[in-house]
Order: sequence, then C-alpha cells, then structure tokens
Amino acid sequence: MKKAILYINQFFAGIGGEDKADYTPEIRAELVGPAMLLNQLLDAEVTHTIICGDNYMGSNEEEAVKTILGFLADIEFDIFIAGPAFQAGRYGNACGVIGKAVKEKFNVPVVSSMNPENPGVDMFKKDIYIFPGGKSAAKMRTDMKQIAEFANKILRGERLGSASDEGYYVRGIRHMVWREDEQPASERAMAMLLKKLKGEEFVSELPIPKIDRVPVAAPVADLSKATIALVTSGGIVPVDNPDRIQSASATRWGRYNIEGVDKLGNREEGQFKTIHAGYDPAAADTNPNRVVPLDALRAYEKEGRIGKIHEYFYTTVGTGTTEAEAARMGKEMVEYLHNEGVDAVILTST
Amino acid sequence: MANLIPVAKTVGANRMVPTISIPYPLGDPSTPEKEQWKLRYHRVGVALTALETPIEEQTVFEVRI
Repeated sequence: MKKAILYINQFFAGIGGEDKADYTPEIRAELVGPAMLLNQLLDAEVTHTIICGDNYMGSNEEEAVKTILGFLADIEFDIFIAGPAFQAGRYGNACGVIGKAVKEKFNVPVVSSMNPENPGVDMFKKDIYIFPGGKSAAKMRTDMKQIAEFANKILRGERLGSASDEGYYVRGIRHMVWREDEQPASERAMAMLLKKLKGEEFVSELPIPKIDRVPVAAPVADLSKATIALVTSGGIVPVDNPDRIQSASATRWGRYNIEGVDKLGNREEGQFKTIHAGYDPAAADTNPNRVVPLDALRAYEKEGRIGKIHEYFYTTVGTGTTEAEAARMGKEMVEYLHNEGVDAVILTST
Repeated sequence: MANLIPVAKTVGANRMVPTISIPYPLGDPSTPEKEQWKLRYHRVGVALTALETPIEEQTVFEVRI
C-alpha cells in the first residue's frame, strides 16, 4: 500500500483559531481532522498528519520548514497533500511553502486545493499541483475529493493530462506529447485558421498570457555615476556556448566577462556568435554588437555619459521560451545584478 | 530595446526603445558600417535617456535614426 502524508493548520487540527495560529509544527502518526476523509478517498494509507499554525509558518518560515522537513526525513511516503486551504490566505501560503519545500527535498508529487482568490494560488501554482477549491470549509468534501482523485491517478502511474484536462491551475510548463489523434501541427493550425476565418470558436494550443503589468522603476538619478549592464534574449554566447544554452525553449542562461572589451568579437574571430534558432544568425554572427551593443555603450562610457559598464553581459534565448521560464531566469539574473551593484539594465531582444 | 514593441508591451516592459529588425536590431548589414554605427550609437543613447527619464506608464521612446 502506498503512503501519503497530509499537512493541515491549527484550525483544521481542532487545536484552535486565531489565538492558536502561532502553534509550532507537530507531526502525529494518526489521522487528524480532514486526514480521516482523505484516508477514505485515497488509494493509499495516510500515515501521518502534520500540523502547523498559519502565523507560525508565516513569520518563522525557515524554522517551520526546517522542522517539518526534519520530521519527514525518516518517513517513507509516496505523495504529500496540503490543505485544502479554501480562501484562507495564510493557510494557502503555508500549504504552498511547505508543499514546494517537500517537493524539492523529497521529489514526491504534492497536491493542494485553494480558492482562485487565495493569494497562494499565484505564488505557488508553478511549484505544486493546486486545484481550484471552494471559499470555505463547507466545500471540504468536494475539494478533498478532487485532490484525492488526481492523487490516485498519480499513485496508479496513469498518464496525466494537461492542466486544463486535469483541472488544476496552469503551471506554465510545456510537455512533449504524442497525440492520440496523430494529427500534425500543420493540420491543426489550418483547422484553427479556417474556424477563425469563419468566425467560429476555436481553442488555441498556445494561449497568449494576459498583459503583465510591471511596476515602473524609478529613473536613474545620475547616469554618469551609474553601472549599466547589458542583458539579451538574442542568444549571443562565446562561440563554444560553454553553458550549453538551448537554441529554443531555453531553460538556461549565461553571463560572460566583457571587462576591458571595446566591442564583441565575431564568430570568425572565434569570439561570439548567436545560438538563437528563431532568426537568421548571419548578421549577429558577423557583428554581435548588432544584438548586444557593447561598442556603442563603451563609447558612452568613455565619454563619461555613464559611470561604467558592468563586467558581465547576461544572455539567453528568447524563442519558444515560456513566460514562466523567462521570469525565473530573469529573477536569477537580477540576483547577480543586485549583488554586484548594477543600477540599470539595457535589455536587447531580437 | 526591441523590434517587436507590441510584445515588449505585453510582457510589461516600461521603457521601450525600438530597434530596426529581428536578426539585426542595431545595424542593417546592407548599409555602410558608418551608418550602422550612427544608428546603434543613437539608439543606445535613447535607451540611456530612457533610463534617466521619469515615466508614469509604459512609454516608447522616440528615435531619430
């Protein structure tokens, strides 16, 4: 029999409400609260219930996660369930935080359920399976059933469908699949186009995400003292592509030293080239400064228009790359840029 | 700095400077080197101006060449 573990908060464990929200993490080798329901619905034995106060998780996240991962270190389990969290924001956060940590540490599937309004959804839908749930505990049975049905599919090793087939929030992950209808992309695209021309409804296989608003950054107060970095999605890399950045649907990025370099040398000189598979590389290979304008920016540096150019330029490939991957890579780059005192970035795309 | 300004808008870029094409954003190989340099130098200059300009909303900065 497969084994499952459930994470719940102090309220659902029957310990108390807001006054007990600082409850420190605890593990019990028994069925507590909704664990009984889960145990009935699941094709696995729920061996343990983990309980933690929502505020404790919220304000002592590192400590809470460490303690709970410690509880789990010597326990065998095949799946981890958190919640359902309904519309409770702090509970949603807690389920997401611990779910993500458990998934990363033990590489087991993690399933949760939250109401669409729960902020935990946007924070963690990329990390764990989260199903849309009801607003309150009145929906416990329905929400837990949905979790259990999907969990059972995973436990049985069944082929899992896409987010929309299965019903969980879209994670922004693309998979290669063999279609059962064996209909090639060209035919599907033509069918869609014909429907569009006729004004009929059709479902895109690549929905364009809604416009993402980004807070406007404050202007740089004094450019002549600022450090400026160059970042590109144009796939310019050293000719041997040392970080093996993919030519399309990239998940990797690199940063390469340009200290004291006046302009990027080209492919023929054995210096830089593009590996971007989404455009004709000839112009970029002949002169990579057309994509990463180091020569022009260097001129401004010499004139004193800017303080200095950051020692590295940052690069990846922006074709077929999902927004989720792009956002992750961007965040990773920003960490370096922040730590190394970069004031502003010129991002060039192709 | 992007050729596809509508895409830059969709993904939330706030300070945008147009470039001239996808395969050669900052220098058309069919034009003389000197012209390419002028264009690249100018547009990077516009990007620097953009960085020091206060804006309230997504803004596309104008280029002259």
